[in-house]
Amino acid sequence: MRFGFNFMLGATLTALVILAGILAPWIAPFDPVLDADLMNSELPPDATFWFGTDGQGRDVYSRILYGAQISLTVGIVSQVINSIIGVTLGMTAGYWGGWWDDLVNGLTNVMLAIPSLIFALAVMAVLGPGLPSLLIALGLTNWSWTCRIARSSTLSLKSQGYVQAAQTLGYGDLRIMFTQILPNMMGPILVMATLGMGSAVLSEAALSFLGLGIQPPFPSWGSMLTDARQLIQMAPWVAVFPGLAIFLSVLGFNLLGDGLRDSLDPHMRTRNP
Amino acid sequence: MLRFALRRNLQIVPTVIVVALLIFVIFSVVPGSFAASLFADGKRAADPQMMARLTQELGLDKPLMERFVTYVTDLARFDLGTSFRTRQPVIDLINDRMWASLQLAIAAMVFAVLVGVPLGFLAALRPGSVLDTVTMIGAVSGLSMPQFWLGLLMMYVFALQLNWLPSFGYGDGSLQNLILPAVTLGVTPLALLARTTRAGVLDVLNADFIRTAHSKGMSEAKVVRWHVARNALVLIVTTVGLQFGSLIGQAVVIEKLFAWPGIGSLLVDSVAIRDIPVVQGTILVIVLWFLIINTAVDLIYAAIDPRIKQE
Amino acid sequence: MTAPLLDVRGLKVAARLGDRAHPILKEVSFQIMPGEAYGLVGESGSGKSVTSLAVMGLLKKPLRVAGGEILFKGQDLLQLSKREMRRLRGNRVAMIFQEPMTALNPLSTVGRQIAEMFVLHQGKGWDEAQRLAVDALASVRVPNPDRRARNFPHQMSGGLRQRVMIAMALACNPDLLIADEPTTALDVTVQAEVLRLIKELCAERGTAVLFISHDLGVIASTCQRVGVMYSGCLVEENETQALFGDPRHEYTRGLLGALPRLGSRSQHGRQRLVDIDSIISDRSKLTETRFIAPRAAEGGQP
Repeated sequence: MRFGFNFMLGATLTALVILAGILAPWIAPFDPVLDADLMNSELPPDATFWFGTDGQGRDVYSRILYGAQISLTVGIVSQVINSIIGVTLGMTAGYWGGWWDDLVNGLTNVMLAIPSLIFALAVMAVLGPGLPSLLIALGLTNWSWTCRIARSSTLSLKSQGYVQAAQTLGYGDLRIMFTQILPNMMGPILVMATLGMGSAVLSEAALSFLGLGIQPPFPSWGSMLTDARQLIQMAPWVAVFPGLAIFLSVLGFNLLGDGLRDSLDPHMRTRNP
Repeated sequence: MLRFALRRNLQIVPTVIVVALLIFVIFSVVPGSFAASLFADGKRAADPQMMARLTQELGLDKPLMERFVTYVTDLARFDLGTSFRTRQPVIDLINDRMWASLQLAIAAMVFAVLVGVPLGFLAALRPGSVLDTVTMIGAVSGLSMPQFWLGLLMMYVFALQLNWLPSFGYGDGSLQNLILPAVTLGVTPLALLARTTRAGVLDVLNADFIRTAHSKGMSEAKVVRWHVARNALVLIVTTVGLQFGSLIGQAVVIEKLFAWPGIGSLLVDSVAIRDIPVVQGTILVIVLWFLIINTAVDLIYAAIDPRIKQE
Repeated sequence: MTAPLLDVRGLKVAARLGDRAHPILKEVSFQIMPGEAYGLVGESGSGKSVTSLAVMGLLKKPLRVAGGEILFKGQDLLQLSKREMRRLRGNRVAMIFQEPMTALNPLSTVGRQIAEMFVLHQGKGWDEAQRLAVDALASVRVPNPDRRARNFPHQMSGGLRQRVMIAMALACNPDLLIADEPTTALDVTVQAEVLRLIKELCAERGTAVLFISHDLGVIASTCQRVGVMYSGCLVEENETQALFGDPRHEYTRGLLGALPRLGSRSQHGRQRLVDIDSIISDRSKLTETRFIAPRAAEGGQP
């Protein structure tokens, strides 16, 4: 496998986000929630407050470091849920066929008919705001494409010699699925999940911005932007830095995903340099 | 062609029914009663007597099965129920705001197509050029950017600093008010269209029939006009259709940001106060839109590509 | 003695990868007389198609002509401007490709694709061009040409599609037709028909043909003279019968040895097909020896 510049940039950005999230308690100069001081509110960036302070006088830089934890959690957990749902449904549908396949197909089509952010919004409306509901909402939204890919890979893998050999040896269906089929479609699934992390982070930001996701005072990048609309005239840094954090981390996931796809599928590389 | 169109249109019906069912199921598993949650957001404490009255009034005391039957039969008569909060028919609330949303969505898509497709085309015709590189970097960035953040920044620059455009609101419905939200909303589909157009055109350019066209002694311009454009259109149309879905979803956020009086902001407001009939109704209408657009895309697709009709 | 229609002299083609140029064609020279059918044979990768694309001026990056001359009616094609070359291409020199499946635009009727030729080279309007396209389809013996002209490529069989390609290539009565493996992708039964069609139509119109194939049988049945290509070199050239009867170059003997022959068993008892490498002692020495027969005399008639 050869990795290009884009992949390396994506990997670097992703690594930075992960480091920021893990090291936040040690490298953040202030507490993201408790160190609010109205005397210090809306200070422009300086030596103490690198990214300035927000309306409550909290350090934007510290809040962004802690915000990485939330974005990463949302990105990773939601994609794990997505992949499990998508792979389970897609693989069994492709392998068993019949009425189960029809049912899964129908469900996938219905899911694709609902814009994913709208679906997440509906789930949030039911479960109420907060991190757990956010993880469930985003975990339930984007599995349809994974499911389709898993199904079509299973269909093509099913006719491969080694799968048929396993069948003749009398292996059970589940054993074949997990030992023969799943490992061979991990590549595309991984690509989907990486790209999905980017869109999950974006959705989280949007929902939190709307006040339906992570609730203040917890430092999610999206919810940090909620107040920015009022503050932007006086304190534009409150809007600039959290958005930049979202942008760079999503860019990282997307470049990483594109790079993975290109290295798994050399045909694509020549087309999308 | 007509039969294809008819069949494709009929396929919407079952999907809408299933979606309606799904929405109903989701909202009937809400823990706690609607009435309670309606008051939970308010400042005053919930008065048990009032809650009971409200529950009865809203018909929430009836068994689930009965409520479902009412819901479906109402739906068949295009009755989406009554808002918990305002007591107005949901369909009226949606009707009032539909036009603003349509305006925004269409303007955003038109902007995305008019800028994204030519950019992708030119990038593909000159791969490796400065334009190509800049377009592709822009596309990846556009896809990675939270739209509402970009909108926020544009609001800051063009409305608050330069005072060229109004910062929010519908105003009297003039173009001035439409520009910022539409451009913001159009950025993601623009980026995606530029990317897919480029990939599609490159694919077509590598096709054997393009070599045939050159062997006929055709100029580059004629090859592009007669053979590349039409074939790349198939992919572009599909992308536009698919993108409409996420555009409608994103519109919810952008409408809220720019205080645009569309069904998106209606949906967000209703979710916040848990006005379930309005939430159900708006989601259903949004899904219906999306399905109609996708059907239209399929029909255009079939008109462009003769291979589709045969199936 | 008539002047050759096409005179390729010392044609060199190179592939530029990075800052190094790899030679693909090494000084290929051959001539085609007006109305003559000339065949180029060789294994895949030997440079047959590159030669034909160079003549058409359709080489794609990283391939480019690195030297030599391609004289067509005494005029060096390599010196022509893009515009002059376009006027010639399709009009005086036309080409048929290997894959009739993909060589036609799937989204355009075949009638329109043929009609483009008349619009491009004869300045006709679309309506008249469409009518001429129907005639062109009729001339390649497509039944119901009127109806077929309105068909899309996917509605046709491979054989029909290749007829469409032929109609398109011959639409402007070119002086030279380049047929690059025109029957390889077709069913065996259709192959013979299409070959006969090309042969007959070109004979009728006096069109010279440059036939490219790896199939010695196809070449033997259609061409008057044959050039054998190996590794970017034209290693041997002779009149068809002479070449098949008395191959002089080691590689040609190898090629012929790899050909199954009907009845060879009864004559020689059990005989194996020989693979080329078992005949040829050292491949690297192959391109050093060349056997070019003296140019065919009058008009290339055998």
